[in-house]
Amino acid sequence: MHEAPSSEELLGSVIGFLNHVAAPQLTGQAAFHARVAANALALVEREIAQRPAADARAQALYADLLQDQTSLLEALTKQVCVHIRSGELSCDNPALLAALREITSAQLAIDQPNYSGLMP
Amino acid sequence: MTALIAPLTSLMQARFGPSAEVADMTRLSGGASQETWGFSLPVHGQAPRALILRRAPFQSAAKGEAIGLVKEAKIIAAAAQTGTPVPEIIHVCRPDDDLGDAFIMAHVDGQTIARKILRDADYSRARPRLAFQCGEALAKIHAVAAESLPADLPVSHGLDQLDRYEAIYRGFEMDRPVFELALAWLRQNAPAPLPTTLVHGDFRNGNLMVNGEGLAAVLDWELAHQGDPREDLGWICVNSWRFGVRENRVGGFGPLEDLLAGYQSAGGHSFEPKDLTWFQALGSFKWGIMCLIMYQAFATKADPSIERAMIGRRASEAEIDLLNLIEGRPYA
Repeated sequence: MHEAPSSEELLGSVIGFLNHVAAPQLTGQAAFHARVAANALALVEREIAQRPAADARAQALYADLLQDQTSLLEALTKQVCVHIRSGELSCDNPALLAALREITSAQLAIDQPNYSGLMP
Repeated sequence: MTALIAPLTSLMQARFGPSAEVADMTRLSGGASQETWGFSLPVHGQAPRALILRRAPFQSAAKGEAIGLVKEAKIIAAAAQTGTPVPEIIHVCRPDDDLGDAFIMAHVDGQTIARKILRDADYSRARPRLAFQCGEALAKIHAVAAESLPADLPVSHGLDQLDRYEAIYRGFEMDRPVFELALAWLRQNAPAPLPTTLVHGDFRNGNLMVNGEGLAAVLDWELAHQGDPREDLGWICVNSWRFGVRENRVGGFGPLEDLLAGYQSAGGHSFEPKDLTWFQALGSFKWGIMCLIMYQAFATKADPSIERAMIGRRASEAEIDLLNLIEGRPYA
């Protein structure tokens, strides 16, 4: 297994090319889409770095909330939705609100780390 | 474009005289369901008129909740009658005009890009006035008499929209706990509906033409409907339209107090703050689902652009805004 260059280095290089070489030579919609493409790759870069820890944390938070230490994240997320719909988990449950805030904040740290709604 | 110039020229000559020539025709914006074109009309012996053609592409069907351009023009004309700042409607096209579903309006000078309006020195005089002026404009929109609206304009109140957007979300079969919690909260806290008025339906940054003095015109009436007037006040408060200036609840440019003061000064009612918060939360929920709808357009290859795909990742911004509203956080 060889990682020279690494995925991160390759992504960084393509992002740099799109922002600093391609976009300035393009005009109109094409220039706009080149910058959106660079933003998409920067999101992928954050996702590679942050997703494993974010998913592990989400699994731990939902496992505590549901008292279910065996199910995986996808099944736990579905169960949280079912419990909110049935009213077993509701807006006056501080543990639910704290878990959803932490999980949503971790998702935004990948999707849109500068979003104003993230500020305390 | 060339297919449009000949019918547009004959229409303009019939209206403004045989010397009228269509010049500088430029595509300003547009998608699959409608296009906006700017053009100028040099008329002999006068300064050229700047005009806008809004039309649906030939062979396109009206998409989603859009009401169609003939109705849109009728509503703009009705809103002008109550003093709402809107572009002057010059002509509503008939089938024999050969321009399709279309109308022509006067061009209004100004800026719609929120980041410029909220940050550029050119708008430093406008910014502190905007929230009050938006309140005045909304009161005038909500005062439009039902008789002057198209008879078949859809009626949609807050809970109708919650039902519709919930059904769309369920159809996607995605498990998003924050959207589930928002649905539960919105159902528990729904205010009783107010008497039906005209609702603009998309009153936010991007659809407001602003010049150095403030609000110049309210644009993009394609989502107009009859419903609860608080929908428009809640929508302009959604954090997504504040473009980073979240301490200014109204569009990033002003406080809610200014919006309400402007609304009442122009004859509008007073509202319970918590009911406006409910409509703001409904707005954030709708925006979150709209992000998923745009992602679906990408996923089904209806619109394969990277931009469509990336808007899907904005659903999480609606989620944090919903949590901030449900928890009653500052600047929510």
